[in-house]
Amino acid sequence: MTDEKKHKKEVDKVTGVETTGHEWDGLKELNNPLPRWWLWVFFICVIWSCWYFVVYPSWPVPGGATEGSSGYTQFKELRESQNEIIARQARYLERFEGASFDDIMNDEELYAFAIAGGSSAFKDNCATCHGTGAAGAKGYPNLNDDDWLWGGKLENIHQTINYGIRADNLDTRVSQMPSFGKDELLKREEIDAVVDYVLSLSGHKKKDSYDLGVKIFQEQCASCHGEKGKGMREFGAPNLTDKIWLYGGDRATVFKTVYYARAGMMPAWGERLDENTIKQLTVYLHQLGGGESDEAVIDEEKVIEHVEPETDTEYSNEHAE
Amino acid sequence: MTTASSKVEYNYDVVKLFTLATIFWGIVGFSAGIFIALQMVFPDLNIEPYLSFGRLRPVHTSAVIFAFGGNALFATSYFVVQRTCGVRLWSDGLAKFTFWGYQIFIVMAALGYVLGVTQGKEYAEPEWYADIWLTIVWVAYLLVFLMTVIKRKEPHLYVANWFYLAFIITVAVLHLGNGLALPVDAVGAKSYSAFAGVQSAMIQWWYGHNAVGFFLTAGFLGMMYYFVPKQAGRPVYSYRLSIVHFWSLIFIYIWAGPHHLHYTALPDWAQTLGMTFSIMLWMPSWGGMINGVMTLSGAWNKLREDPVLQFMIVSLAFYGMSTFEGPLMSIRYVNALSHYTDWTIGHVHSGALGWVGFISFGALYYLVPHLWGRDRLYSIRLVSVHLWIATLGIVCYIAAMWVSGIMQGMMWRDYNEMGFLKYSFVESVMAMKPFYAIRVLGGLLYLAGALVMVYNFYRTIKGDIRESEPLEVQKQSKNASSDVNNNDMQGAVA
Repeated sequence: MTDEKKHKKEVDKVTGVETTGHEWDGLKELNNPLPRWWLWVFFICVIWSCWYFVVYPSWPVPGGATEGSSGYTQFKELRESQNEIIARQARYLERFEGASFDDIMNDEELYAFAIAGGSSAFKDNCATCHGTGAAGAKGYPNLNDDDWLWGGKLENIHQTINYGIRADNLDTRVSQMPSFGKDELLKREEIDAVVDYVLSLSGHKKKDSYDLGVKIFQEQCASCHGEKGKGMREFGAPNLTDKIWLYGGDRATVFKTVYYARAGMMPAWGERLDENTIKQLTVYLHQLGGGESDEAVIDEEKVIEHVEPETDTEYSNEHAE
Repeated sequence: MTTASSKVEYNYDVVKLFTLATIFWGIVGFSAGIFIALQMVFPDLNIEPYLSFGRLRPVHTSAVIFAFGGNALFATSYFVVQRTCGVRLWSDGLAKFTFWGYQIFIVMAALGYVLGVTQGKEYAEPEWYADIWLTIVWVAYLLVFLMTVIKRKEPHLYVANWFYLAFIITVAVLHLGNGLALPVDAVGAKSYSAFAGVQSAMIQWWYGHNAVGFFLTAGFLGMMYYFVPKQAGRPVYSYRLSIVHFWSLIFIYIWAGPHHLHYTALPDWAQTLGMTFSIMLWMPSWGGMINGVMTLSGAWNKLREDPVLQFMIVSLAFYGMSTFEGPLMSIRYVNALSHYTDWTIGHVHSGALGWVGFISFGALYYLVPHLWGRDRLYSIRLVSVHLWIATLGIVCYIAAMWVSGIMQGMMWRDYNEMGFLKYSFVESVMAMKPFYAIRVLGGLLYLAGALVMVYNFYRTIKGDIRESEPLEVQKQSKNASSDVNNNDMQGAVA
């Protein structure tokens, strides 16, 4: 293949370096040596790698692989970093383990530990439904306010977290609102009347069907929501006289709630998290804004007269069926 | 078409087809990228099921890597192998088959993704029927290329062809290895991989990493080795360096895959090998950059005047940066921070947008006037506009991903002094939102630059020349031989 004419070595005028004498489509090559620094860095990388082969597990051999002089395994590394974290927690856990809520609330260090652990556990486990800031979403209660469905004392919160709501657990909190429309417990106009009545409790205009609404409410709803609609915590029945709505306070949504009923559920976290974490979560939620210290008193006298009646544009006969 | 320097009738028709396909798929791929980047900022844009992120992401990656990059490699390799071997392509018919066959593969693959047909292997998502079709096309490609090399008139084989050949052969081996699968039945699209568990992961990343190594590195180095010395009008800097870095690159790259599987079920020893070979790969990778950049020695003034050459040199700068970053990220302890974060995405895009994209744009700016027989590009100034918009886009993109990636990694591992995780996963997602928006901006700039190029090519192919281009006038008066359309190298080598 050697063609003498093609092997004419020349000297490049610009750099003074000889070419290899090859040429393709006008392209030539200079015969510069390998840059020294390039070669040295390459060698250093190779030597470093050889050192690394000796120190770390590296080459497969019959029956396994070379173990390396350092004895490194990724499991050891994992265990070491886990142990460091466990050690940090252990300083507090020892005292936290047997502490009652009273102890925790009266001990600055334990309280801070509970808040730190609770906030971390909340964001990993609870935030999916209740939001990172615990502000809740449709169907998932806001945990920052003092409007509790099942009670806002430390013990109440602890029980709710531990056993869940309508969860697959013997001690879970249970209650079931009837599906007044779907199961034909009430007629259509009765549902309309009671929906309008319930809305009037939180300041919406009274309708002509007001009297029928009162009657139905007292017969069907008062046993759980109270005669004045203030709710009852033993049933997790919400207060209907405020402007806080779990599923929405527009007429169509309230109609849907009465027609089909609602039954949200929360897992029994005691089956998934350890008791320390549940306690931390309890303290964390309690201090978010709504924690109660005594059994909540539902003040029947503090009625909603101060709420201004408003013209409600959502009042229509359009139902969300 | 006959060139002045030889009497050989080169097959430019198929090169033209691949060139047009490169431009078309480039625009498609960049647009798909912008759309999925927007989905990260505005999740409501996930239109289920066909336009969800999960289905469009492989459309983007395959469109830019295999459609844009692949067509660019076909176009330039067919051009370069003819020019540097001094012969016409071995078979016009088979070459044309590779063109249509490859476009059919791309469409087959993309349709599959959108319809939810996937092997679930990154960068190897097409199912068995598309894989078999690609195998046929690829064997035809190898035949056309190899037979052209064999019947060459030149006694030696130019360095660009070594790289192209390594790319074609290795991609074939990778595709066959990773694609081994058993279809569930002859009429259904579903198949199951021949590998399972950690072996499957290892085979996948042996494939995945070497797709980067041999498709996006070796192939495009082949492109670089022809178009940089051509555009610069200078001889290649060092023949010896090209030999040593070629063989060391080929030998070492194939080992580096396990660094994608640090801290997984992959045995420690395999992780070590992947990491150390990645470190050793640093200099062999840089050999290409040195040879490319140093080819300009003695002609640095051309870099000031010629935006096409600027494209190529900027691409080599990005190449050098990402081939340093890669070994760095392969180190166990760096990887512990960077893995699964946006840092990886930033790294990939400094290579993809900077190196692969820019060297291809440079080659296209050389090729288009040449193939269509125009005196020069419609506008040199628009090349400059493209260069600066696109560079700004890349900087936005990779800087945003570096910051968000490192932030993400730090947030995930941050424990407070009491031993609790400081941040939840969703908080790290929320923190990344502004950077996702900056990424969209980067992508939009990159696409805008490419559209400027499309316009420039449209006018060039139409035969227009933009009047009053001071840049070009100055260039022509200063050095006639640096004209972008000058095929024959003159001057420097006496």
